[in-house]
Amino acid sequence: MPLNTARKPKLAVWKFASCDGCQLSLLDCEDALLAIADSIQIASFPEATRAVIRGPYEISLVEGSITSAHDAERIHKIRRLSKTLITIGACATSGGIQALKNFKDVNEFINIVYANPDYISSLQNSTPISDHVKVDFELRGCPINKNALVEVCNAYLNRRKPNIPTYSVCMECKRRGNICVMVSKGIPCLGPVTHAGCDAICPAYNRGCYSCFGPSEDPNIKSLSGQFEKTGMSKEELIRIYRGINANSEEFKNESIFHEQK
Amino acid sequence: MKKLTIAKNTKYIADKCSIDSLLTLLKEQKFKTVGPTVRDETIIYDELDSISDLPIGITDVHEAGSYRLKERNDKALFGYNVGPFSFKKYLFPPRLTILKTKRVDGKITIIKENDSVDKLALLGVKPCELQAILIQDKIFIEGEYIDNYYKEQRDNLLIVTTNCTEAGNSCFCTSTQSGPEAKSGFDIAITELIDDNGHNFLIEAGTKNGLTFLKKLPLSEPSDNDIETAVKKIKSASENMGRKLETKNLKELLLDNLNHPHWEDIAKRCLSCGNCTMVCPTCFCSNIEDVTSLTGEDNERIRTWDSCFSMEYSYIHGGTVRASIKSRYRQWMTHKLASWQEQFNTLGCVGCGRCIVWCPVGIDITEETKSLQEQVTAQAEQLAQAEN
Repeated sequence: MPLNTARKPKLAVWKFASCDGCQLSLLDCEDALLAIADSIQIASFPEATRAVIRGPYEISLVEGSITSAHDAERIHKIRRLSKTLITIGACATSGGIQALKNFKDVNEFINIVYANPDYISSLQNSTPISDHVKVDFELRGCPINKNALVEVCNAYLNRRKPNIPTYSVCMECKRRGNICVMVSKGIPCLGPVTHAGCDAICPAYNRGCYSCFGPSEDPNIKSLSGQFEKTGMSKEELIRIYRGINANSEEFKNESIFHEQK
Repeated sequence: MKKLTIAKNTKYIADKCSIDSLLTLLKEQKFKTVGPTVRDETIIYDELDSISDLPIGITDVHEAGSYRLKERNDKALFGYNVGPFSFKKYLFPPRLTILKTKRVDGKITIIKENDSVDKLALLGVKPCELQAILIQDKIFIEGEYIDNYYKEQRDNLLIVTTNCTEAGNSCFCTSTQSGPEAKSGFDIAITELIDDNGHNFLIEAGTKNGLTFLKKLPLSEPSDNDIETAVKKIKSASENMGRKLETKNLKELLLDNLNHPHWEDIAKRCLSCGNCTMVCPTCFCSNIEDVTSLTGEDNERIRTWDSCFSMEYSYIHGGTVRASIKSRYRQWMTHKLASWQEQFNTLGCVGCGRCIVWCPVGIDITEETKSLQEQVTAQAEQLAQAEN
């Protein structure tokens, strides 16, 4: 049934430690955003408007990772206000690029970066939302793909399962007609262990995948590392390739630590 | 000069200009002409305007997990083996809208669209590629259920095969009996001949359709030497395959050893990325997605290539049946080489070697089969010795 005849479900967008890029993907939906606004009441969306309609909310889109004690509390309040909680982007889903600090002593950074370190209150680790509260759906990507966001909202509105595949980037890459950069040029590529969703954009421009979407459903990272080593990748490069946007995802974290401790 | 009478299943001599004329004739007859061309340091299949678009003087060098182009020391038009993609996408597109519906006042209607296909001529179809099309025919149009899109495009297809006079490092079509020479299934077959006598092509029509084109080409009668050279070259290709697959008792080997530890060994290396299935010219699995507009009024049903290497592929109520990489690789290989035989009365493999070359970690289906065979034989011998 078309849902816009009934009371429109309320949607809220929440920001934690992040660059706002994923929220902007929602604004970037353009025409689709108008259609979304037709069916959903956008009740709280600071990137678009300061006006806020009080909760509870049917859908909460959560961007960003938890990096402060204050945020660790705030996410629980949001969970209580939300019927469905969807994380959007790599920060909210795995901890983001800022989770690189997890591998070092955060106080050292603070002392180097800030003139008055005393003003800074930051947790040692940047953690994903799912470390703190129950998450109903995780939408991957850095940033998320706007079409995927529309698809998730759409699936919610039409009471169906979102068509968001969890297999590797290679499947999209081949369907798109890209030539495998690893096989044809020897360029290291994380595509075989990376969650689909970007339509294999980097290989389409002759670059290896950086895994903006994080690990795929059942990644065999050990085997891929072995292949990288065979093609001459050094220990330092191996650590670095997994310490990107999704460095704190369980699989990449374990692999980079494994190579660091070798 | 005696005028040549052109007949079916008879070989004639064509030169480069005749091959170019064939392309022109096909275009005049409103065929979209698709064949090999160099793109992005590989030889792919795309639309051709003239023979100058062909990979002239270029060949491909294959290893497990590696593909590179190399210059030849001649100007061969078809002097390569197989590139990253087969012709599969033309008959079985990676993404196809198969149904559109609209809901007005709660009533759903199916939108009929006039989506007639182009007449399509495929050039440079290597015998393994041709065999793959003949296998997919069994799947899509010769069974109980007909795939409409496939059938319509297949009915509007003209196949120009080029026999292989050189085998690649990852080729094993002799093992799968799908090459290096095409025996049937083509409209026109070409064998490229380059020697001291010049650069010519043996050409023959396999169908009436092919014959109508051949009749319009400038051709001459081949000499005994031409025929002999072609036979020799094809024989040499057949004897110089880079890989070999033992097909004798293959079905029994695989199906009798489903719990062999070798599957675990493969699973340690397999990325489960699905590349082998995407590049395989016979893999035919697909997924159906229903896409709705936000209002739910406009809906599409879309078919996309799927792979038995994804978890969702074997998802049924309650979970994924093939949850381990081991079970997924085993499913793919045992289907391709064993149960396919029961299902379609043929191997699912044509010996093109793409799954070997385009596997990012270079897993080799022929090596894995051989390794399993050797281990099973050794174990049987050990057992026999112990019993004595």
